[in-house]
Amino acid sequence: MIIAERKPVDEIVEMVSGVKRVLVLGCRGCVSICSAGGEREVEILASLLRLGASKQGRTLETIEATLVRQCDREYIEGIDQWAGQYDAIVSMACGVGVNFIANLRPLDVVYPGVNTSFFGGSADQGIWTEQCAGCGNCVLHLTGGLCPVARCAKSLMNGPCGGSVGGRCEIHKEVPCIWQAIHDRLDRTGRKEDMSRIAPIRDWSAAGHGGPRKQVRDDLTV
Amino acid sequence: MSFTPDIRVFCCHYTSQQAIAEGLAGLKNDGFPPNATIERLLCSGKLQVSTILKAFEDGADGVCVVGCPVNECHNLMGSQRAAHRVLAVRKALNELGVEGERIEMFHLPRGFHPEFVEAVKQLDERTRGMGPSPFNGGTAK
Ligand code: SF4
Ligand code: SF4
Repeated sequence: MIIAERKPVDEIVEMVSGVKRVLVLGCRGCVSICSAGGEREVEILASLLRLGASKQGRTLETIEATLVRQCDREYIEGIDQWAGQYDAIVSMACGVGVNFIANLRPLDVVYPGVNTSFFGGSADQGIWTEQCAGCGNCVLHLTGGLCPVARCAKSLMNGPCGGSVGGRCEIHKEVPCIWQAIHDRLDRTGRKEDMSRIAPIRDWSAAGHGGPRKQVRDDLTV
Repeated sequence: MSFTPDIRVFCCHYTSQQAIAEGLAGLKNDGFPPNATIERLLCSGKLQVSTILKAFEDGADGVCVVGCPVNECHNLMGSQRAAHRVLAVRKALNELGVEGERIEMFHLPRGFHPEFVEAVKQLDERTRGMGPSPFNGGTAK
């Protein structure tokens, strides 16, 4: 899922400092699961924004709402139900949601309520770790299912580097060297020869280095 | 200028047993601040961040949360959850430029009394020192 966390409250208070009525808009997708921008977090942020405004000696009206998703046109259209009742939207969805509101609602002012961090999973309660960088050219079939792009500090394709010590990464000692883990895992599963396969030179244009990416599925388009 | 803070106490069923049994008059005799109001919960772990924030919106100058000792909660993890939520509120208050010390978590023995009164007195005194909540027109120290 996409992992996000609420921005520092003072930053958001500052964004809405010239505004009287805010629609605080959550998303029931990834950000609900990682407790950054679901219904509960919307209630908390709305309360904090009202408190922030009282501290400035003013009142702020808030509408609290949560859409099924903010990354689909049909849900964004649902914002029409609050037409005329807000001066700005604070979206607690990931950056995709904020962009979708900006794309589809030319007259709405929209601010981000969260920092969108990475693609990851829940390693333990309250702990999320990055697992994939969306590079567009997946090599997990060669690396035992462990991602060298997202999980090696240097995104090496032929690690480990010389700094790998005792299975730990030289950049962050608390993080396992993913290349050590890749070799150990391939060895354990009898697939050591995968490491001697010469992989073609990577085409990094698929990783976003060639501008915004787009995917078209002819079997689905109408 | 004298200032009487509005203190809200959220406590679990177990840590407030004796306090509730004594009633308001009894509590007053023991020195429980008359400006503090008690909201009793089945478990401190039931307390939500949004409920604490609402108390500040509602005019609280200080909030006192009382739950069982860390590793002896009647509901196992309840008081630890409450303590984490108190920290989340503190962090948010600090981000708003308001003293995080306006809220405190106390882990107290179950059903016991003097410590309970003492905890609320401590928060009351601390809050008097800080003055009115900046959300109610005060200025953060
Ligand atoms: S190789 Fe690329 S697509 Fe595959 S997991 Fe890593 S970042 Fe994601
Ligand atoms: S120690 Fe391992 S994970 Fe860290 S940078 Fe080197 S190869 Fe990558």
